[in-house]
Amino acid sequence: MARFNLVLLLITVACALSTVSANHRARKLFIELEGEQKRMRELDVEWGQLQLEQSTWASHARIEKIAREKLGMRAPVAGQVIVIDAAAAR
Amino acid sequence: MKSIRFARSPLLSERLPAWRQRLLLVLLLGGFAALIGRSLYLQGIQNDFLGDKGRARYERVIEISATRGRIADRHGDMLAVSTPVKSIWAIPEDVRLSPAQSRDLGQLLDMDVRELNRKLGMERDFVYVRRQVPPELADKVSALKLEGIHQQNEYRRYYPGGEVMAHVLGFTGVDDAGQEGVELAFNSQLSGRVGSRRVIKDRRGNIVEDVESIKVPQEGKDINLSIDAKIQYLAYNQLNKSVLANKARAGSVVVLDIRSGEILALVNLPTYNPNNRLRLGGAQLRNRALTDTFEPGSTMKPFIAALALEKSKVRFDTPIQTAPGKLTIGSATISDAHAHGQLTVAQVIQKSSNIGIAKIALSMEPAEMWAMFDSVGFGTPIKLGFPGEVGGRLRPAKSWKPIEQATMAYGHGISVTLMHMARAYQAFARDGDLLPLSLTRLDTPPSSGKPVFSAQTAREVRAMLEMAVQPGGTAPQAQISGYRVAGKTGTAHKLEGGAYANKYVASFVGFAPVSEPRLIVAVMVDEPSAGKHYGGDVAAPAFAEIMAGALRTLGVATDAPLKPLQMANIEVVKEGM
Repeated sequence: MARFNLVLLLITVACALSTVSANHRARKLFIELEGEQKRMRELDVEWGQLQLEQSTWASHARIEKIAREKLGMRAPVAGQVIVIDAAAAR
Repeated sequence: MKSIRFARSPLLSERLPAWRQRLLLVLLLGGFAALIGRSLYLQGIQNDFLGDKGRARYERVIEISATRGRIADRHGDMLAVSTPVKSIWAIPEDVRLSPAQSRDLGQLLDMDVRELNRKLGMERDFVYVRRQVPPELADKVSALKLEGIHQQNEYRRYYPGGEVMAHVLGFTGVDDAGQEGVELAFNSQLSGRVGSRRVIKDRRGNIVEDVESIKVPQEGKDINLSIDAKIQYLAYNQLNKSVLANKARAGSVVVLDIRSGEILALVNLPTYNPNNRLRLGGAQLRNRALTDTFEPGSTMKPFIAALALEKSKVRFDTPIQTAPGKLTIGSATISDAHAHGQLTVAQVIQKSSNIGIAKIALSMEPAEMWAMFDSVGFGTPIKLGFPGEVGGRLRPAKSWKPIEQATMAYGHGISVTLMHMARAYQAFARDGDLLPLSLTRLDTPPSSGKPVFSAQTAREVRAMLEMAVQPGGTAPQAQISGYRVAGKTGTAHKLEGGAYANKYVASFVGFAPVSEPRLIVAVMVDEPSAGKHYGGDVAAPAFAEIMAGALRTLGVATDAPLKPLQMANIEVVKEGM
């Protein structure tokens, strides 16, 4: 009887320890999750800023200015445009 | 060793009275019972207070921020984005700064030390030192570790489109709430709702457990506008050129997609930079295309012609006598800019004869005309949600005198906004129906709208409007190489203090390609004062540029030969974007 009780005691202690360790692991994972979520928010903010930057660099005013002044481009005049019939081209 | 002889102590030999023992027992037991009772009470029944105290040691309520939604154009180009910034605030009473520290702080925040000291010396509990500073700068400020100086998270909104998009987007205030334009019209969708949750924190400040979510945060929804940034820029650029060249006071352009009722561009001048709103005047803020009414002038004529066709008062080629260029109604006389002879109804529109259209109008009942104006939306606000939208002036038909009925036919005595005009022209560009306008991108556009005219009438008016831009019409400068164009000029005297002044509003409303209309472009130039003031000279060239560029941008198939146009202003037409 005493031996049986000892086994039960050991099992109980093992259960208690595993609960402690599981809880600890859960908390560690949770901290990691929190960290990743924070990172997600930061990346979202950064994404917004990059989108802003892209919009600024790709603004039509800037593109037109560069095309005209730096690259010497201009819109084609009426005689220079040829319309291709998509159906006939095939 | 002898046995202990406590028992033989003379004290013990004295028998104590039995009640003393019992009293002690009762007192002790009573004491225990009181303690157990109290602890039961605290643990079981009235446990809120201690529970709260316990939780306060490890639980925290933290706020979950929510960002305001982004605004993008129809292709997803960002037009308005919020990014986090910090505001620096102080409790003046707590602030103890050495002169060196104030100098450092002033330098970091780009503020005068005297101004800084004035703010920190105020007799208030709370003072903003500087609002909306970049996060990096705020970190430097917090590195100074100044007593009484605190920071708070805020958002600042950036508008990469600047002046070009200003009136469409509007802006938000420092509290992140919309104040103008789309920011105000769609504020409830855009603004996020801050949430909060209860968590358990460990000694190092890490969150180790989520206890509960108190308020679910709601991120602001992103919005895709119907605006096409490229067409918007094109319209802005051309309007700007036109306003400068004609030394005009103001101007507006509206571009509509005929197939869906979406607003592709909405530009007003003068404008402002929403990123820097210092010295912002009322004139710059005005979203003229929606809030300013004007007497449209001749752009009104096609509606009268359409109504007369619809009521079978006239046919396409019914002759109307407009000689000698003057017509007296009651005590007033109306006249044409150039005297014409006998014209057909189509020619009345083509040459924009006031007398011709007045005669057509007088053949109809005022109530009929009023009903038509009402059905195309004049006099009723459009309700896009913009602040200050107006409906224009359309008086009840009962009060019209014959002279008023005649002048209304050529757009005087009635006032509309440019957006009203653009929308109403849908009736001609489509087969007689009006679609509701939309500022947001529609994935499934409505297939048909509110019928106003019959398809037959719309087709006939389209033919008249196409004649108006051809040689012999009032606006040959509105032609575009490669596309068939239809439209109508408008030149109206401005009312000043109840009398018509020698100031004008020049406008042009038209659509293309005529074989399968795709876009409506409406241009309005207010007070051109560089010599020209006719809609055909001032607004039509800008219309042609915008229409040509927009059709090319959208890749619309041509329906006319691509050849240089035989016009004096060929240079203007060639120079596109």
